Parts: sequence; C-alpha cells; structure tokens
Amino acid sequence: MPDKKQDFIDQKLQDLNNDGVDRRGFLKCMAWAGTGLVWTMSGGIPISRAFAKSASKGSGKDAAKGADFSFVQISDSHIGFNKPANPDVTATLQTAINKINVLPQKPDFIIHTGDLTQLSKPSEFDTLDQVLKRASAKQIYFVPGEHDMLSDNGEQYLQRYGKGTKGAGWSTFDHKGVHFVGLVNVANLKAGGMGSLGHEQLEWLEDDLKGRSASTPIVLYAHIPLWTVYADWGWGTDDSEQALSYVKRFGSVTVLNGHIHQIMQKVEGKVSFHTAMSTAFPQPAPGTAPSAGPMKVPAEQLQQVLGITDVNYVVSGSSLAIVDSALGSASSAAPSNGDGVGGV
Amino acid sequence: MTKTNVWLATLTAPVMIALLLMLGGSPSVVANDQPSAATAEVKIDNFSFGPQTITVPVGATVTWTNRDDIPHTVVSTDGVFKSKVRDTDETFSYTFTKAGTYSYYCSVHPKMTGQVVVQ
Repeated sequence: MPDKKQDFIDQKLQDLNNDGVDRRGFLKCMAWAGTGLVWTMSGGIPISRAFAKSASKGSGKDAAKGADFSFVQISDSHIGFNKPANPDVTATLQTAINKINVLPQKPDFIIHTGDLTQLSKPSEFDTLDQVLKRASAKQIYFVPGEHDMLSDNGEQYLQRYGKGTKGAGWSTFDHKGVHFVGLVNVANLKAGGMGSLGHEQLEWLEDDLKGRSASTPIVLYAHIPLWTVYADWGWGTDDSEQALSYVKRFGSVTVLNGHIHQIMQKVEGKVSFHTAMSTAFPQPAPGTAPSAGPMKVPAEQLQQVLGITDVNYVVSGSSLAIVDSALGSASSAAPSNGDGVGGV
Repeated sequence: MTKTNVWLATLTAPVMIALLLMLGGSPSVVANDQPSAATAEVKIDNFSFGPQTITVPVGATVTWTNRDDIPHTVVSTDGVFKSKVRDTDETFSYTFTKAGTYSYYCSVHPKMTGQVVVQ
C-alpha cells in the first residue's frame, strides 16, 4: 500500500508542476488518498463506495439524503444471451428495472452503457425496448457496446437510439448544471488494440469541452473502460489518455463504464472512474480465468453478481455519490428505512 | 467412383487401412487422383485463435469454428476476407488461392489475432 500511496503523491506532485493544481486541490486529493484511492475489486460482492467527500464519512444511504438529483446507470443487458449462468437475461433486466422503479429517490433518467443486445438482432433490440418501457424514468440515454454493432457497423443501433447524436453515437446533454458526454469506443477497432475513440471523436470532445467553466461537473460515459483495467483482455481504451487530458482542468469528473461486468473503481486526481455490474451475467476478475468469457455461477448466486448503479449528485458539494446494488441485495427487497439505495 | 473402387481393390490391406483412415479424416484430399484442396481447422477458444499461426498449401480452405459462449468475427487485417458475426459453434470458411501471409483478427475483440501462412 505505501507504494501506491507514494505513486499517488508523485503523480500529484507532477500534476502540480504541469497543470498548476493549487495546494488546496492537492490536499483535497490527499484526503481521498486515505479513503478510496486504491482500486476496489468487488469480486462480484455488492459494495457501496462513495467517491464524494461528503459521503466518505457515511454509507451510501447518507449520500442519497439531500441529493439534488440522482440517475441510474445500467449496463450490459446482452438481450439474446441464453447460456449459463443466465438463460433468461430479459428477466434479470426486468428485475433491474423493478429495482429502479422502487428507489426512494426517483432517478431523473437512466444511462445504459452499452451491450444492449448479444447479437445486434432486431428482435433483441425490440425485447430491450419492451422491458425499458416499464421504467418509471422515461428518459434513457445510450451508448453502444461492441455487441450492438456486430453486423451492420451500428446502423440499426443508430436508427433506434442515435437520434441527434454525432458520429457513431456520441452525444452530450446538460442536466441541472452537470454536463454529460456519451462517448463511443467500440467502433472501428484495430487489430491487436483495445477500445478506441478515434481522432474525429476526440476533436469533437475537445471542442465540446473547450468553452465550459472548470467548475462544471463533468460525467463521461462509454462502454469500454476509459482507463486500462486489464490490457491482456482488451479492458481499456487505446486513446483514452487524450480524452482525459481534455477534462483535467475540471474540478469534478466522473467516468462511468460497463463492458467488464463487475465493479471497479479508481480515483485519480479529480477524476473518479467506475465500472458497473451487468444485468445479464458476471465476468471474471482480471487474470483469474483463461479468458473474459461469461462466468458461470450457481443459480442462487446470480442475482448477487448482477446489479445497477445509482448515482446521487449534490450541487452544493459538487460531488457525486455512487452506490452499486446487486439485484438480489436485501435493500431492494425491503427498504425498511425508506432509503433503499444502500447496497451493502 | 467405379474407377476408384477398382484402384482401391488392387492395394494391399495395410495401405487400404491407412487410406481409409485418411478418407475418414479429410476425404477431399484423397478421393481421387486429381490434386484437390486441402482443408485446415482453426478453433476459437477462450478468446483466442488456435493455432494462432497456421500454414497451408495454396488452394486450402481454412474453417474457423467459434467454441466460445461469446460471438466473434474473423476479419482480415488487409480486407481480404471478413466473416459475419459467428455465435457459438458457428463456422466461417475461406479458400486461399494465393501464397502469402494473411493476418486477421476478431473485430469485436481486437486483442484476438491470428495468421494464415499460404505456401
């Protein structure tokens, strides 16, 4: 641990030199070093970890109180997948939607971070739409996963979910002072590489962020992690460094990804990285299996390794509190204290 | 086929057995006297092509079989061939008519790469 901490400090000192991060900012980051700096690998166990300073003292439950708004991230629903450990991914997506619908603080919207379907089939997209229709939050934002662009370079995906987007489905929106950017890193992948944003999208991103105040909270979301979780399995994005250089000057940046079907978190300076569970099937922790293929778990354990991510935003603290909860967690079944987002 | 049968009848028993075994494995290679196309197999297991490099004669047909629970593709890096998405147990075949080294990858999981050397 000391080494990681030292690396972090070194990184911070470098940032100080390069970008002029002030001492106050530095100390704030140091406070994070004591709470949630290191990678958190959940191994499929539902955890709740707040990135926000205000939430670091308590659990996710406290974080939800007084939040100005919340939204929910769901990911990797893989509609059409029908093999072990989950022969019915439509049912588990429905469970996820049910869970969202009973959250005490109604989310303003839902973000789906890709792999909507297993094989990009029209019938799979249709099924997804039918299930998502039952969500109480009517606004849903999407980015595609590689499974949504399998047969037609994503044409069908764009027809269905890409209205008003640029390129392969890039989009932005603002909500109550927070700027959201949906990025696509699953198009035109190159042999031997990982995820890729591409030159054109990077230019577009730079341009989009250019005029914004550094105090604007930024949320970037994309399918494949925008940080290298595990290169051997392609769990990263080749040109994400470039994208992250554009958000360096902002005071609060949250990066939400899917793809790896498990929770991983990292805080680097003012940037918090987070990956969500799948609603369909779990994948192994990096390097713990011969490949990243679906992990087979006993039926009774399945709902513990699938889940949703609830994000609470507090304007006053410019902070986002992220709470993951498994589909099968007790908090969803019986929110006894009227505050069901505590995932632990 | 009559001609072949007569020819087979003149062979000694051990040769016959060997030939029959070969017929069982890849009939196209020995079915007649004409030089015929060889075949080769590449299996996709655990997000990798096996064997990763395969060497075949000109005219050989290579067949890829996806044995993963996740769909993959077989796409030439230079645009020579491109499979549709192949789900579990689905196959893709391509016949190589020119000598050369053909690099390919899975466009869904680009860390998966392989080579066909045609001699």
